[in-house]
Amino acid sequence: MSDAAVLTWHQYRLERKMFWRNPTAAFFNFVLPLLFLGLFGAIFSGSQHDLDVIVPGIAGMSIMATTFSALAMNITFLREQGVLKRVRGTPLPTGSYLAAIGANAVTNAVLQVGIVILAGKLFFGVGWPKDWIELFVFVVAGVACLASLGVAWSHVIPNFDAAAAYQNIVFLPTIFVSGVFYDADTAPSFLRDIAQVLPLIHIIDGLSGALVTGRGLSDNLSALAVIGVWTAFGTLFAVRGFSWESRRA
Amino acid sequence: MSDAPAILVRDLRKTYDAFEAVRGIDFEVARGEVFGLLGPNGAGKTTTVEILEGYRTRTSGIVSVLGLDPGDRPRALRERTGIVLQSSGMYRHLRVREAVEHWARLYPAPRDVDEVLALAQLEGKEDGLVRTLSGGQARRLDFALALIGDPELIFLDEPTTGFDPQARRQAWDVIRHLAELGKTVLLTTHYLDEAQALADRVAIIKDGRILAEGPPSELGVGSASHYRVAWRDEDGVLQEREATEPTALLHQLTSAALARGEALRDLSVTRPTLEDVYLELTAEPETTHV
Repeated sequence: MSDAAVLTWHQYRLERKMFWRNPTAAFFNFVLPLLFLGLFGAIFSGSQHDLDVIVPGIAGMSIMATTFSALAMNITFLREQGVLKRVRGTPLPTGSYLAAIGANAVTNAVLQVGIVILAGKLFFGVGWPKDWIELFVFVVAGVACLASLGVAWSHVIPNFDAAAAYQNIVFLPTIFVSGVFYDADTAPSFLRDIAQVLPLIHIIDGLSGALVTGRGLSDNLSALAVIGVWTAFGTLFAVRGFSWESRRA
Repeated sequence: MSDAPAILVRDLRKTYDAFEAVRGIDFEVARGEVFGLLGPNGAGKTTTVEILEGYRTRTSGIVSVLGLDPGDRPRALRERTGIVLQSSGMYRHLRVREAVEHWARLYPAPRDVDEVLALAQLEGKEDGLVRTLSGGQARRLDFALALIGDPELIFLDEPTTGFDPQARRQAWDVIRHLAELGKTVLLTTHYLDEAQALADRVAIIKDGRILAEGPPSELGVGSASHYRVAWRDEDGVLQEREATEPTALLHQLTSAALARGEALRDLSVTRPTLEDVYLELTAEPETTHV
């Protein structure tokens, strides 16, 4: 392994250790989506159709919570605390640092999606995934897309006091219009139009194909295209706007 | 190579939009030297130091740190320097020892973790979480993290702000210890006694320019050079006079006192302190007594 890879690994292990020591982060990343899954699973327990919607929906929401929300909050916090500036003064290469915090978010996303799939099989009659390759492709695409957007969004957040509001103003409306909790096809058309522009509904469509309907990758290419455009947009702004220091300093 | 200065700055300028924060600064810091940058808030100290640390880009001028250009942000430079920033946070959920151990992994030839914890006076706090540290303890952790990589050059930006007098003396001992090890130290400070106690040479900065530079004890010798002689005269009134060369005056005073058969009470001969020089140089133009 190259030196940069070794340092990435050390930083990644540190991020994992710190994640489990921070009860708030662990709660929002793990407990909240599972709580939603339990609640909505109970509400829709009489209808397999609704359960088939909620399982991929919560899986998509989990990806968003563990990548977009977590990164937007964490990077803002570390930037405002001056931790990013301190890290910047060490020999740790920038690429190693970003890879480590990205890998940390990916780990949480994968764990969370795994738990949702397991719960779907055990409690909600969804069964094992129909298409593992499609599942892999959409988890990877979803993570890359929402992680890059989370980093980009952290540049917009002015300070840590505002971080929760800035994060939720994106997160909450997005999960409601994107069909996390209901079949998006039943929503009014103007909401559907808004949702179609955003990436989350397409990630959920892909996950739904992989987990429930068996609708294959080839039928979801337009979904991948939308996700790809958002990923490019997110990556551009994540890299160009990256600030290691609080703007107040 | 070893004769080359640790830091070389030539005609350094930094402009933010229309504001010129640094207006043509020159200085050199020799290897093994403790160099102090003094100046009021907004003088351009931190801007200058952050250009040397690689945090900011310069508008123009030449800057060389350990023979490298910090503007290129070479990793080799970060491996050889330690930075104590004016204020910086640390991961709140780590224990002190874990933080120092992790930082040690980032450097090619780190110092021993226990040794650095002892040097930074963090013994007994190794297992405490960073978020539970007091302000002074957090500052000591800043020192430990800056020293763990065994740097040749250490930047200290206002390192003892917020310390109680005893903690300041302890921090000074750490800095003296670094100097004894042959490390180069660039110290930014508001405290004149700190510069006087620690720095081999100081530069006084104001409005982005260096106003004076030299060893703290000799800074007064230049243009502002004068002695202040004070004594109590035969009527018991305290007299004070300034002289560039006090020998004749002292002779006159002692002879007169001897002739009267009296003691020359409260005699003192003082030279301007670094503080006098600093206050004179950094005073606003309208209050300068020139």
